[in-house]
Amino acid sequence: MSVLILAEHDGQHLKQATRQAVTAAQAWGLPVHLLLLGADTAAVAGHAAQVAGVARVLRVDAPQFEHPLAEDVAAAIVNLARDYKVVLAGHTAFAKNALPRAAALLDVAMLADVIAITAPATYVRPVYAGNVLATVESSDPIQVLTVRTTAFAAAETGGAAEVVTLAAPAASGLSRWVGETRNVSDRPELATARVVISGGRSLGERFEEVLGPLAQLLNGALGATRAAVDAGFAPNDIQIGQTGTVVAPELYIAAGVSGAAQHLAGMKDSKVIVAINHDPDAAIFQVADYGLVADLFEAVPQLTAALKN
Amino acid sequence: MKALVAVKRVVDHNVQVHIKPDGSGVETAGVKMSINPFDEIAVEEALRLKERGVVTEIVAVTLGEAVAQDVLRHALAMGADRAVLVEAHGELQPLGVAKLLKAVVEREQPGLILLGKQAIDDDAGQAGQMLAALLGAAQGTFASAVTVQGDEVEVVREVDGGTETVALKLPAVLTADLRLNEPRFVKLPNLMMAKKKPIEQLTADGLGVDAAPRLKRLKVATPPHRAPGVKVNSVAELAQKLREAKVV
Ligand SMILES: Cc1cc2nc3c(=O)[nH]c(=O)nc-3n(C[C@H](O)[C@H](O)[C@H](O)COP(=O)(O)OP(=O)(O)OC[C@H]3O[C@@H](n4cnc5c(N)ncnc54)[C@H](O)[C@@H]3O)c2cc1C
Ligand SMILES: Nc1ncnc2c1ncn2[C@@H]1O[C@H](COP(=O)(O)O)[C@@H](O)[C@H]1O
Repeated sequence: MSVLILAEHDGQHLKQATRQAVTAAQAWGLPVHLLLLGADTAAVAGHAAQVAGVARVLRVDAPQFEHPLAEDVAAAIVNLARDYKVVLAGHTAFAKNALPRAAALLDVAMLADVIAITAPATYVRPVYAGNVLATVESSDPIQVLTVRTTAFAAAETGGAAEVVTLAAPAASGLSRWVGETRNVSDRPELATARVVISGGRSLGERFEEVLGPLAQLLNGALGATRAAVDAGFAPNDIQIGQTGTVVAPELYIAAGVSGAAQHLAGMKDSKVIVAINHDPDAAIFQVADYGLVADLFEAVPQLTAALKN
Repeated sequence: MKALVAVKRVVDHNVQVHIKPDGSGVETAGVKMSINPFDEIAVEEALRLKERGVVTEIVAVTLGEAVAQDVLRHALAMGADRAVLVEAHGELQPLGVAKLLKAVVEREQPGLILLGKQAIDDDAGQAGQMLAALLGAAQGTFASAVTVQGDEVEVVREVDGGTETVALKLPAVLTADLRLNEPRFVKLPNLMMAKKKPIEQLTADGLGVDAAPRLKRLKVATPPHRAPGVKVNSVAELAQKLREAKVV
């Protein structure tokens, strides 16, 4: 029996989340296989084979996987999963969409957002917006789970896995890819950035103007509260929290963020947290290593200037 | 076209939860309970589709103990036409939820099935995808815009790095994300009126569904607290602290 990882890639490179899942997969001490779905996975298979800890790369090339749909991804997993003990992936939008569908087709439960694997079928996962950690045991013959990527380091390169090409199941025809919008930015990817500068709704239309230069200086990514995103001041994919991205950077600077439980759920494992808020009683100060009670419109540009010198 | 909306009763999102002294679970006795926020968004979307003439009838469904009726009343007060309670005892997990909802879908034959993208208590985010799987239907998860066109529904989905648009054959299962809409405020007279509406009662056994949990909860605990930090008095002091901590 082996572990099957649903890999995520952009046609060229594996996502960091997949290499983090490879690290999590070592918990079972079983061979680890990577399932690569794509229109043409030749290039990315070459990279995937070099990830340390991967024994086999399974390539499935088919036109429907150019823009993979949950219906087809789940079918591809189910095709293979009965020969595996574990099916896992990083807790990303892609995996959250497809893995529960595959689990139901296999008639097994799924564990989402696992932060620790304490025994072969015992897991710790956050519930109630991270206010509670539940330890759960699964009795299913196939363990299906996603792992919180910030809880596992990314696997290094240095491996030499065999690459096997498999046939794709027929496309379901239930759904059709229509299009996408990508929020392009030349900043580091939010989920893996070393520094995150995050802002709340009080930044208003000046979100980018005030936070951008500090992010630039520290080579950080921008993050936002739900309130800032809902108001249209920041794009949806940078929302941090219970229902957004979870980050744990070396440095997290929160400006004008009140510190609601749903926001803390996405950032409280950051190494160093800085809060800038003009309300001394704001909840964000309870998790901040360094708190500054100040008007952010003055303090953030001043901090940018002070760090430049 | 009929729309079916699944609503869950959860600890209100403003409540600071506490663990029971024996570590067996979260204290819910005497705690304010509400409709799961994502499910309220799902109800609102069904109402808007009805107002646009796309949906003709809205059926709200909840699964759980009899007290879960109060979230059905909330859905009725918002404007749902009918409500169904499937009485099920003990813990329900997403696979069991999906199996029960499948049985209700087979009775009701809706064209659109709406759920929340996640329940804010278990934070699982699975029931919609699992239901779609069991129905052999298409799924549109994390929806931030929904348009029905002919025999298809077009869904804008919130994904990592932006959005994706997919078109699904009907009947389809959708899960609501936060930005799909802002639910309407429930007026008191509507809530009073909703109290008088009948609620259809079914049971898990009556539906012939085995919804027993597959996962055993061994314990719950509070996550480790962060060590208390310090307040700095100036930007200069903050910059100095960050340099000392070697993070800039
Ligand atoms: C189901 C559900 C899911 C949710 N998921 C998320 C999530 O994933 N992520 C998330 O972030 N939220 C989430 N929320 C929302 C969350 O509860 C809060 O409403 C939100 O985080 C608040 O955002 P905010 O801090 O920008 O705004 P506010 O709470 O309005 O706070 C603004 C803060 O800015 C400060 N401020 C204002 N002006 C200045 C100034 N000039 N200088 C300095 N400080 C200033 C104020 O003192 C205040 O503390 C969710 C809510 C629900 C119900
Ligand atoms: N007991 C329940 N009754 C009705 N709907 C539910 C129940 N549990 C979950 N759901 C639906 O499934 C969605 C996702 O739940 P979950 O997979 O538990 O995060 C919720 O937003 C609800 O729409």
